[in-house]
Amino acid sequence: MSDQQIEQWRGYVRRRATLTADDVAELEEHLRGQVDDLVASGLADDEAFLIAVKRMGSVDELSREFAREHSERLWKQLVLTPGETEGARGSGPELWGAIALGAGAALSLRAGLAWLDEGRVALLASVLVLPWLAGYFAWQRRLPAGQVATLAAGFVAVGALLVAYPFDAGGDTLLLAAVHAPVLLWLLVGVAYVGGDWRSGPRRMDLIRFTGEWAVYYFLLAAGGGLLLALTAATFGAIDVDAGPLLFEWVLPMGAAGATLVAAWLVESKQDVIENIAPVLARVFSPLTIALLVALLAAFAVDPDVIDVDRELLILMTVILVLVLALALYALSARPPEAAAGLADWVQVALALAAIVVDLVVLVAMAGRIAELGLTPNRAAALGLNVLLLVNLAVSAWLGLAFVRGRRPVAALERWQTDYLPLYAAWAAVVVVLWGPIFAWG
Amino acid sequence: MRIDKDLVAASATPLVLGILAEGDSSYGYAILKRIRELSDGDLEWTDGMLYPLLHRLERMGQVRSSWQTSDAGRRRKHYSLTDAGRAALADRRGQWAVVSEALDRVWQQRTPIAPTRVVGP
Repeated sequence: MSDQQIEQWRGYVRRRATLTADDVAELEEHLRGQVDDLVASGLADDEAFLIAVKRMGSVDELSREFAREHSERLWKQLVLTPGETEGARGSGPELWGAIALGAGAALSLRAGLAWLDEGRVALLASVLVLPWLAGYFAWQRRLPAGQVATLAAGFVAVGALLVAYPFDAGGDTLLLAAVHAPVLLWLLVGVAYVGGDWRSGPRRMDLIRFTGEWAVYYFLLAAGGGLLLALTAATFGAIDVDAGPLLFEWVLPMGAAGATLVAAWLVESKQDVIENIAPVLARVFSPLTIALLVALLAAFAVDPDVIDVDRELLILMTVILVLVLALALYALSARPPEAAAGLADWVQVALALAAIVVDLVVLVAMAGRIAELGLTPNRAAALGLNVLLLVNLAVSAWLGLAFVRGRRPVAALERWQTDYLPLYAAWAAVVVVLWGPIFAWG
Repeated sequence: MRIDKDLVAASATPLVLGILAEGDSSYGYAILKRIRELSDGDLEWTDGMLYPLLHRLERMGQVRSSWQTSDAGRRRKHYSLTDAGRAALADRRGQWAVVSEALDRVWQQRTPIAPTRVVGP
């Protein structure tokens, strides 16, 4: 019977984002009816199937027509209606699991707030929250017990280290450890995300993609949640009830912790939406960032002294490099691998080159001054990260240029980025582990 | 006889509404079969395109849908006319009557088309 062919056809049609599972079921019912009638009139199964598919029309045209009729669907996918796509992605247990783990993350953070002082909570926030996220993926990917134990040991080790280190309250090394620990722990989450298959380049690219999309979702949730909190506080204020302590000591931290899992669940279950937003973000902000960098360069050229004035310029510059790298990764992870080199790829090369030039200007200008100003923990951390990013961007620019000129495939660039990922975590580990002892916990 | 694409498109909505008005409810494949039957196979549709049309009518509240199980045990989406759909059908019928009458009149003023005068293959 042609069941297998219909199965294949369904798989092919399913991939269209504008068709819901119900639409496909409806079309499939039609196809089966047509095939049955044609077979009844004396055609062979194969012939009947071919004719029925042809009568159905081109799937491209069909999905375009559905998109025209259901233009809301791209957004509707954000709405949680498990009933609409029955069995398609099975959001039942995943959703409840994510909610339960999110509640776990929220309660951990809240318990931390209750029992630890403020600085320590900031330091340990990622240790309290991210294991739940790693747990979610360990559960989703059915990670073997051995790997789960390794990951758990990793979290415990980082947590124990941060608890044991005698950081000065409010010191720079404490702040740096608090900023770098999430990067290190995100790597552990990533290992769970890729299902333990952390050596695979494509899986690492998936992790990059996930990270970018997760950030967008988290930002949306944070913006919405923040607005809601502000409105609630204002409303209670208007009726003379002070809801501040409840809202900002309970709802805010617990919501922020729980949202990490909700965002992850959203990315997992509704992957199609942001795949459309990420390239748009990269395309909009890449040229704007180039403009920012050129403006900086012009400012340096007009008045070279500005570089000496601001001692924190190095840190700012490093943050800009992080932004540039994020844009490059966004663009790279969202670009269809088979597409030919185009304007967007040139823009990425230009962005990397502009960032390198500006950064080199700053580094050279500050080289003499860094020793003179003294290497504070912040400056040392910024310098190290700056060099790490500069190397990445230099090679990216070179590989990107080779790609747009047709000398190398884009896969070389992808490989470079995915191979480079562990270095960020390694650097974060260095800062978390060594900066305290080196800079006397200050 | 091949019927012009625009004419097929223009007649699609009234035909579907009219077919749904024939019975309690119907489903996609049966509607298409009925269209072929009514036009002796001259009105050729791209089958899949019926569904966006049905969904549009549903969004406009002219039809409502429900999932039922066919005799063969397959899930099947049935459509039936709403009151708004009946009103829309009446309205469309009126419009088509005007068009068809006008065409009839203008063509009746001339001599009827004799088969010999038709230029064709």
